[in-house]
Amino acid sequence: MISVTYRNKRWSIPGNIRVRDLVRTVGLNPETVLALEENKLVHEETMLGEQAEIKLVAVVSGG
Amino acid sequence: MKQKRCRHCDEPPVISMRQHKLALCEAHFVAWVHEQTLRSIERYHMFEQDDRVLVAVSGGKDSLALWNILLSLGYQAEGLYLDLGIDGGAGYSDQSHRRILEFQQAFWPDVTLHLLNLKDTYGESLPEVAKRTKRGLHKPCSTCGLIKRHEMNRMARELGYTVLATGHNLDDEVAVLLGNTLRWELECLARQSPVLPADSLGFARKVKPLCRLYEREMAAYALVSGINYIYDECPFSTGATSLYHKQLLNEMERQRPGTKLNFYVDFLRAKKHGRFQSERTKELQHCERCRQPTTSAGICAFCRLWEK
Repeated sequence: MISVTYRNKRWSIPGNIRVRDLVRTVGLNPETVLALEENKLVHEETMLGEQAEIKLVAVVSGG
Repeated sequence: MKQKRCRHCDEPPVISMRQHKLALCEAHFVAWVHEQTLRSIERYHMFEQDDRVLVAVSGGKDSLALWNILLSLGYQAEGLYLDLGIDGGAGYSDQSHRRILEFQQAFWPDVTLHLLNLKDTYGESLPEVAKRTKRGLHKPCSTCGLIKRHEMNRMARELGYTVLATGHNLDDEVAVLLGNTLRWELECLARQSPVLPADSLGFARKVKPLCRLYEREMAAYALVSGINYIYDECPFSTGATSLYHKQLLNEMERQRPGTKLNFYVDFLRAKKHGRFQSERTKELQHCERCRQPTTSAGICAFCRLWEK
């Protein structure tokens, strides 16, 4: 399973999924987050294996 | 399946800009952001190499990225941090200040950073003055905007900078544009621009060099450049209308890539062709106390904040 964290939330998602689809699976808009794996930016079309650990970072700020 | 490659080399891409049909690796993405910023500076005649630019830095991704880009491009860019004394349970202003100092030490240790502490200068922090006044009674955002506009302008003028640069990105600009359009705020639409010229009454020249770069691109730039910015939003921004507008626009962008860029660029084009001309309804004059320009008779809204 892929481990996904975003702010204080955590999900386990079945592997072999593209980053963009993973973001939508957890209910987020891919335009509003970036995916990091081991602190490196991961492209939205990258296929993720079962062991991936992904941190999603919100891009929206201000008010 | 064919592996996706960077537009300019064989490296795998780290980001796609769907509105430009462009995928780039880390190195080419950083170069692209610098090039796009330079293009905006030149396209809108923001400033020249011999201008002294004061960059308003908040500790967030956009302003730190802007400072880094301008210095990398060889401009004379120095920083200004306005410490508003926001705590929000996590020492928000202190954390922001720390991130700026860390950035400065790691990237540009010889470049000047000016610090202005609101409480030390005027006796009250933003939450304190907002709580005491009618303007900020329910939410301090309007007071915050007023203080920042006044103090950034004052500092730029007093310290002899020819330009004041802020890190507003395209998402910030289209969120404001959508808000003003929904309310048909013609005067605000007429004033919204990548450049606001200096004037003899005391307004410094103000520029937004990141105005054509998406917020997503700025976050990616900060991350790949190793800029450790403050991820948290201001604690007072919860429920802000501009965040709701950004959410709506990002939903449109997801379904129709390029929506945000086209909205902004077409607006600027319409403005250029005279579609949003508006006269100021009130004449500007000097505030009797601080001497900065104001539409108020007597003393300006900023000076009125400190009258108890």
